[in-house]
Amino acid sequence: MATKKLAAKLSPDKNLENSIIELLRVTSTVIPDDIQNVIMKALKREEKKTSAEYAMNIIKANIKLAKTKSQPLCQDTGTIVIKVYHPPGFHQTQFRKICEKAVVKATKLGYLRQNSVDSLTGENKTMNIGPGHPQLHFIEHKAKSIHLKCMLKGGGCENVGAQYAMPYTPLEAGRDLAGVRKVILDAIQKAQGKGCGPGTLGICIGGDRGAGYQHAKEQLFRKMDDINPNKELAKLEKEIVETANKLGIGPMGFGGKTTLLGCKIGVLNRLPASYFVSISYMCWAFRRQGVTLKTDQTISKWLY
Amino acid sequence: MKTLNYPFKREEILELKVGDMVLITGKLFTGRDAVHHRIHKGTKPPVNLENQIIYHCGPVVLENKDGSYKVTAAGPTTSIREEPYEWEVMRDYKILGVIGKGGMGPKTLQGCKDYGCVYMHAIGGAAQVLAEKITSVENVYWRDLGSPEAIWELNVVEFPVVITMDAHGNSLHKDIEDSSAIKLKEIL
Repeated sequence: MATKKLAAKLSPDKNLENSIIELLRVTSTVIPDDIQNVIMKALKREEKKTSAEYAMNIIKANIKLAKTKSQPLCQDTGTIVIKVYHPPGFHQTQFRKICEKAVVKATKLGYLRQNSVDSLTGENKTMNIGPGHPQLHFIEHKAKSIHLKCMLKGGGCENVGAQYAMPYTPLEAGRDLAGVRKVILDAIQKAQGKGCGPGTLGICIGGDRGAGYQHAKEQLFRKMDDINPNKELAKLEKEIVETANKLGIGPMGFGGKTTLLGCKIGVLNRLPASYFVSISYMCWAFRRQGVTLKTDQTISKWLY
Repeated sequence: MKTLNYPFKREEILELKVGDMVLITGKLFTGRDAVHHRIHKGTKPPVNLENQIIYHCGPVVLENKDGSYKVTAAGPTTSIREEPYEWEVMRDYKILGVIGKGGMGPKTLQGCKDYGCVYMHAIGGAAQVLAEKITSVENVYWRDLGSPEAIWELNVVEFPVVITMDAHGNSLHKDIEDSSAIKLKEIL
């Protein structure tokens, strides 16, 4: 009975496929408003006629051009992460099939680069389909409609992510927020401009190594201007951005006033023996978007 | 703002200094991980790279119906992965320099000094602005490496870069890394 009902719900498969293609297109080509706002503020802060200002101006022009031309902001269209919020009894296998079809089409249309490499042979022949690609996460929710959140995270910024097992002796960083602050700032200094800064950090305190990174990335789905409900973490998030911007690393590591655009910290429980701080670095080309779908699977609302 | 026009000359490269903003007009050859790896293993490049510039880039390229190509996104990729190999390419194939992002390390800096090369930093993530500067695709080599890894011969007009490592031993990356490390130490 439930299956029948859901089959009927998924019957406009074509709508769903088109909605996913549109979600991928917009994610790849348009910077969400909340992120664009902080980028523009960063541009204004930089001193005139410096290479930092020059970099920020090219970034500004790139944001405009990508949107106008409907072409990827960055040629590295990243790991495709899609979070699927669905009602109970949802047909995940069918969704995956449709989603893969959409990814192939989005690749053929040039919204995505051929970006899925066989780790053993080095071959990159598929249209972004392979073990782990695209990366889908299914989450059951109470709403009757499907909500999708998408993130395209490039390799350059992924490479500068870091995970610290606390205590971290080289910095005398202990298992408290003071220690957490130390390792976060250390990761920023180590990243320099290599992750295409100014960047944004998603951070998780706790969890195991796997869940830690996962939850760190989850923080990147938060809006730039949101405030952490935990007062201590809210304070730390703000302080990290201010302090990071005193390091003088600047856009692209050219030197300058903006090294970091934002910092979002989440927490998971840990084992008594472990205390991880997982840090996920997102480049300035912060590509994330989301949609809610109507019952016929067409897009009803954009989330960012 | 300085300019470099094709055919590029070694003397002009030697004049460039860290911090110079340069617009390049002429020709670039893309080459990233697989190309450097193959050259390092002993295969000669399919084109003469003397006095040429290598661009660390894996572009998004669409094939037109007439068989020609269109570059739709072409920002730089992280250069440090070529750190083990780049100095050899400078020595063996007499390139003038490389364009990439994130900077490179001491081996490449020494290579720049020994062989008269520069490291030019393009703006990472600015794939559209940079693709606009590519007027046409002249040729493609080593296509078997896959589209992002192949060598694309690109014609460019006023391609914007910042010199971050020059032929005289200066590296903006090293300077910023050192100064930010000192600041971090003070803060912690």
